[in-house]
Amino acid sequence: MNVTATLIGQLIVFSVLIWFVKAVLWEPIINTLEDRKKRIADGLAASEKGFKDQEVAKEIALQEIKKAKQEASEIIAQAKARDGQMLEEAKNKAAEEAERVMAGAQAEIDQEVNRAKDSLRSQVAELAVAGASKILGKEVDAKAHKAALKELIEQI
Amino acid sequence: MSESSAPAISNPVEYIQHHLGNMTLDGERPASLVDFSVFFVDTFLVSLILAMLFGFVAWRVGKNLDADNPTGLQNVLETVVEFVNQQVKDIFPTADKWIGPLAITIFVWVLLMNAMDFLPVDLLPSLVSGIAAVFGFDPHQVHFKAVPTTNLDTTFALALLVFGLIIFYNIKNKGFIGYMKVFLFHPFGKFLIPVNIIMTTIEEVAKPISLGLRLFGNMFAGELLFLLIALLAFSVWAMPAQVALGTLWGIFHMLVVPLQAFIFMLLTIVYLGLASQGADEH
Repeated sequence: MNVTATLIGQLIVFSVLIWFVKAVLWEPIINTLEDRKKRIADGLAASEKGFKDQEVAKEIALQEIKKAKQEASEIIAQAKARDGQMLEEAKNKAAEEAERVMAGAQAEIDQEVNRAKDSLRSQVAELAVAGASKILGKEVDAKAHKAALKELIEQI
Repeated sequence: MSESSAPAISNPVEYIQHHLGNMTLDGERPASLVDFSVFFVDTFLVSLILAMLFGFVAWRVGKNLDADNPTGLQNVLETVVEFVNQQVKDIFPTADKWIGPLAITIFVWVLLMNAMDFLPVDLLPSLVSGIAAVFGFDPHQVHFKAVPTTNLDTTFALALLVFGLIIFYNIKNKGFIGYMKVFLFHPFGKFLIPVNIIMTTIEEVAKPISLGLRLFGNMFAGELLFLLIALLAFSVWAMPAQVALGTLWGIFHMLVVPLQAFIFMLLTIVYLGLASQGADEH
C-alpha cells in the first residue's frame, strides 16, 4: 500500500503498450471493420442494382416478344391475304386463258367452215356449169351466166 | 482461492501481512507512504508479462487479419475493439485517433491484471517461495503479490497518465489561457475567483485520485477477503463455510473484475471528452 518507483515502471509499460496496441491491433482492426462495412454496403448496392437491371431487362424482353408476336401475326395475315389474291389471280388467268383458247378454236372452226363453204361453192358452180353443159350438149359460157351462177352459189 | 498452508492457521496476522507484502529488489520495506527508493518486482513483472501477453496476441491477430473469414481470436478482438470504439463514439464523438487505443489498452490490461485475482491466493506466493527456498532463501522473507492492481503504483500509473492527458487535451482545445480561465471563473463566475480556483483544482485533482483509488480499493478489498476466507481453514468443520464463502466471493468477483476495468475505461473517456470541449462550452 505504498507509492514507489514501480509507478514509473508501470507508466512506461502503459505508454509503450498503448502505442503498440494502436499500431498492431487498433488501427488494422478498425481499418478491416470499415473496409468490411464498405464492401457489404457496396455488395448490397450492387445486388440492388442487379435486381433493377433484371427488372428492366425483363420488361424489355417482354416488349420485344410482344412486338415479335405482333409482327409475326402481321406477316401471317399478309401472307394469307397474298395467298388468296394469288389464287384469285391464277383462277382469273386460267379462266381467261380458257376463254382465249376457246375463242381461238371457235375462230379456226369458223374459218374452216367458211373455207369448206367457199370450196364447196366454187365446186358447185363448176358442177353446175358442167351439169348444164352436159344437159345442153354444148359449152356453156360461164362468163355469160355469171350472174345466174352467182345467185345459185349464194343460195347454197 | 481457498487453499491455505499450515502456518497460516497458527498465525493469521503473519499470514495476511506476508501476503500483502511485495517482493522488492533488496528485501527492504517502503519506509513511508511514498518511497521512491523501493521497487516492487512482483507487481512490475506480473503487469509486464500480462502487457506482453496482450501485446503478443494483438500483434499475432493484427498481422493475420482476414477481412472475409474472421476466425477465433480475431473475432474476439474485433468484438472488443468494436465495443470500445462504440463507447468512445457515444461518449466522445470528437475523439482523436489516440483515445480508442488508450481505452482498449486500459480495458484489456486492467482486466488481465484484475483477473490475476482468480488464481488461488496462495498459488503464486507458494510457488515463488518454494523456488526461493530451493535457491537457499528464507521462504518467510520472500513475498509475492500476484495482483498488480492491488497495488497503488499500478492504479496511479494509469490514473496519472490519464491526468496528464486531461491537462494536455484541455490545453490543446481551450488554449493555456482558456484552461486557466476555467480555474478562475468556474463554477461561480467572476465574483468568487478564490473559491473558484479551489473548487476547480479539487475537481481536477479528484479525477485521477478517484480513478486510482477506486480500482485499488476494489481489488485490494477483494484480495483481502480471499485471504480471510483462506484463513477459515483453521479446522475441518469450517471447511463447508470456507468453500461456500469462497465460491460466493469468487462469483461476485467475476462481476467486479470486468466491471472495474470497464469503469476505469469509461471514466477515462468521459474525462478526456470533457477536457476536449471548447472554452465556450462551460
